[in-house]
Amino acid sequence: MDMINVKINGKTYSVAKGSTVLEAAKAAKIDIPTLCYLKDINEIGACRLCLVEVAEMRGPALGPWRMVTACVYPCTEGMEIKTSTPKITASRKMNLELLLSNHDKKCLSCVRSTNCELQTLCREYGVEFSRFDGATQEYAIDDHSPIIRDNNKCVLCRRCVATCAKVQGIGVIGANNRGFDTYIGSTFGINLADTSCINCGQCIVACPVGALYERDDTDKVFAAIADPSKHVVICTAPSVRAQIGECFGYEPGTDCEGKMVAALKALGFDGVYDMNLTADLTIVEEATELIGRIQNKGVLPMITSCSPGWIKFCEHYFPEMTENLSTCKSPQQMFGAVVKTYYAQKMGWDPKDIFFVSAIPCTAKKFEVGRPDQSAAGVPDVDVAITTREVGRMIQKAGIDFKNLEDEKFDDPFDIGSSAGAIFGATGGVMEAALRYAAEIILGRKLEKKELDFVEVRGTEGIKTASYKLGDLTVNVAVASSTGKAKELLNMVKEGKLDVQFIEIMACPGGCVNGGGQPIQPAKVRMDKDLRAIRAGVLYNDDANETLRKSQDNLAVQVLYKEFFGEPNSHKAHEVLHTKYIKRGL
Amino acid sequence: MKKKLTTVEFHGTPEQEAALRAVIKKHAGEKGAMMPILQEAQGIYGYLPIEVQRIISLETGVSMEEIFGIASFYSQFKLNPDGKYAIAVCLGTACYVKGSGEVIEEISKQLNVPVGSTSSDGKYSVEATRCLGACGLAPVMTVNGEVYGSLKKSDVATILAKYV
Repeated sequence: MDMINVKINGKTYSVAKGSTVLEAAKAAKIDIPTLCYLKDINEIGACRLCLVEVAEMRGPALGPWRMVTACVYPCTEGMEIKTSTPKITASRKMNLELLLSNHDKKCLSCVRSTNCELQTLCREYGVEFSRFDGATQEYAIDDHSPIIRDNNKCVLCRRCVATCAKVQGIGVIGANNRGFDTYIGSTFGINLADTSCINCGQCIVACPVGALYERDDTDKVFAAIADPSKHVVICTAPSVRAQIGECFGYEPGTDCEGKMVAALKALGFDGVYDMNLTADLTIVEEATELIGRIQNKGVLPMITSCSPGWIKFCEHYFPEMTENLSTCKSPQQMFGAVVKTYYAQKMGWDPKDIFFVSAIPCTAKKFEVGRPDQSAAGVPDVDVAITTREVGRMIQKAGIDFKNLEDEKFDDPFDIGSSAGAIFGATGGVMEAALRYAAEIILGRKLEKKELDFVEVRGTEGIKTASYKLGDLTVNVAVASSTGKAKELLNMVKEGKLDVQFIEIMACPGGCVNGGGQPIQPAKVRMDKDLRAIRAGVLYNDDANETLRKSQDNLAVQVLYKEFFGEPNSHKAHEVLHTKYIKRGL
Repeated sequence: MKKKLTTVEFHGTPEQEAALRAVIKKHAGEKGAMMPILQEAQGIYGYLPIEVQRIISLETGVSMEEIFGIASFYSQFKLNPDGKYAIAVCLGTACYVKGSGEVIEEISKQLNVPVGSTSSDGKYSVEATRCLGACGLAPVMTVNGEVYGSLKKSDVATILAKYV
């Protein structure tokens, strides 16, 4: 790598050529404040909080000192940089005051209080009120979809806009109007619910302030728990255990399964179940469907259907490909359906008296619970879906001392989950789990331990392809995470540039571990940590240390088939575990 | 500047749509083509309602929001067509100090058309303009290009009565 020398606050550093001033300072362990900056996604120098003073070489001598935005300004040989002078501090402070002059300062009840990048900066710079109080804008809150936008708190940083357009390839939000009237919204000011928004929530985790958040459904859950006539049960998705700790100050990548289960029991749930189980059930159903399609010349490539953000994306942007989607419900919906049919029957409960909650890393699941054809027992399979963040808030509100809880285990009879189900939470995980099942069926024998790792489909790469030879059959597969990458992959398939039989798609970059419902980490953390890989590490560790690594070996799944469904893809399984899609278009 | 959203019903013809598609085709693959496409689309329809923006979005692959962002940013783009009677009141400095603000408010009130928009039947549009260069006649307004000067609030009813 080519290196150049720069002087930061009087000390010389060697930095990579092409670094921005912000990156050079970061490497020198000097923190420059940012607000609109989001690494690789939004680097536009708009908020002007990263102002620094620089002087560059003009021939043999140093040129004049100037103020530049560190996040976009490239370092040059011999450049001198000052990151903290009275002039810089005064400018940053004034910019914060200008932002606050048109900001709804309801910090006391704001969902992002103590995790707000604007609040943090104001605290650091001692900015409490604005000298520029004057005209303010008032906006109606758009709460027609699970993604809620409150423009009264928006700082116009465009991190959500860039994420939606560049990462997700959707672009349903952008800057409308001009000057003081500029606001972030959708075309012709329509509600997000009326656009092709897929509810992935990546905009929420990109937002530095409280302008974007998910619909809070925790009160519904508290009310159900307080209702003695209800059997209130919850299942937790694979990646919730890998992130819930972040709500309580743990480092990203800490597995908190035992404490999470203990906390949910302390909250008063009648049953706390492991969604890894229905992830396994999904694999058995989905891989059976795949083998059927291959053998009976059905519609191929078959595409996974676990990610509700991806499903809505497909319905809007690739309506001609909805036949390629597996008809399997997602693990969340399967779980609710199983509890309200099989388990209700077994326990002699009326499905109406069951309140089924799912804890998920996802905001799109809030949309999914209301989709048609997701009511196997005549009532919605899932009553409420709450994000990892909401689970964290419930635990805090109930005064449960999460960090000091003793580990507890999931409840019988939905307590068994294979680690094939666990890796569902990371991109490539569903593919690997499905291959572990399909390989055994196609080969007609048990896989050996060393044959269980399909490492080619692992990792945070946006698009991965692999080819596996199973006996006489060669199976070509592809994996995409983020809808932007999914669009790229599907266009390759449509143009005949890629011949695959099975595709896994997750709407969020990196899969569910990086879902829109996960704890929000500030841009500073995202600058030097790849959350996707760190969080996925929890699940792959689990997989490496687990003895139950195949969905088909899950005893609880086997019991379900024996007692209720008969066999995979049976008529009963189709009634309870499968669904239909809508060709929405644009 | 806050753009008033479209209030007039869309009555595009197949000929206009064919012309629009030809414009988009002409600019296919061209970098930065959105500005000329929107300008020419406005030339065809007189304004850029959602129906027109949708065709442009589907044909170019540029998202609806990105197009609306451009259309709502630049003052040259209209979300409402000029009315059959296009009323423009000068809010330049001279006219404004002589009371054109009151005049435009009165027009807006009498016609029940908010400033910057068009009545839903497409008959009247009321627009505030910058200096028309007739400061000697301040305050000044025009209706379809015909100039009225030295206006008072009380003149409004008489003038509007000519355009029914």
